[in-house]
Amino acid sequence: MPGYDRATKEIVRRFAELGYDAICPNLYYREAPGASPDDAAATARAQGGVPDERLLGDVGGAAAYLRALDSNNGKVGVIGYCSGGRQTVLAACNLDVDAAVDCYGAFVTGTPPEGFPMKGNLVDQLPGLRCPLLGLFGNEDSYPSPEQVDELEEILKANDKAYEFHRYDDAGHAFFAADRVSYRVAAANDGWERIAAFFGTHLSV
Amino acid sequence: MCTYTTERTSVDGSAKGPGGAWFHVTDATVYFDHPVHAMAAHTLNVDLADPAQGAGSRVALELTADSARRLVTAIEAALAAVPAELLT
Repeated sequence: MPGYDRATKEIVRRFAELGYDAICPNLYYREAPGASPDDAAATARAQGGVPDERLLGDVGGAAAYLRALDSNNGKVGVIGYCSGGRQTVLAACNLDVDAAVDCYGAFVTGTPPEGFPMKGNLVDQLPGLRCPLLGLFGNEDSYPSPEQVDELEEILKANDKAYEFHRYDDAGHAFFAADRVSYRVAAANDGWERIAAFFGTHLSV
Repeated sequence: MCTYTTERTSVDGSAKGPGGAWFHVTDATVYFDHPVHAMAAHTLNVDLADPAQGAGSRVALELTADSARRLVTAIEAALAAVPAELLT
């Protein structure tokens, strides 16, 4: 599982470079304080992963921290990749945030296969989405599949939610990950431009 | 994706871990997920660990699905070749 690791911290630095106050909560701190990121993630996995309620508490705390900064304009956005994409949508349905970016989060819609530890998706929570959602997806991804992205889009449309989706050919899961074989430079570069424009629109005063 | 089933079992043995030191391992965790290091989208990952000694007491393997199956076959073959009286 991704976590409080170098690649994620590079994402945080990128938002700082874009001019934002940015923070990455360490979701695995409780299981493994002070451990290296990969060891901490392995420990958290072995103990069953991060419960949704705890995730919401940690993200809510991070948002409150950002809003308390002198430089903050009162607005906060959330972004997540992979399982963090699902967590981002979860946060956007339950917390006071102003914009959310879901990068290929699995099981926002769609049914987890038999035997998966995750028992449900977020379909029943989507009518409560509190902010505009930017979704960035690879058309060669299986989790989420293009059909699952279609389902998400239909639900958002039916509930009159503000959303903006971009889907990339020749890209599968984790196309933003510059140090992985899944990296697709064209999709990632366009995605970063979409993210900057989306947050620029929804997080400005 | 990040949520495939995690299999856990107890183990009894040793592994050569961080800093080149041997340590006793008590727990094995097995799952299919994005690797940290291997050049593949997903790998079969095995963590051999002693959680009582902290999160860093871990030896990690990230194997492609095909190579993980070959490893399983090799382990089974090695065990099958052992005289029964040595397996007690």
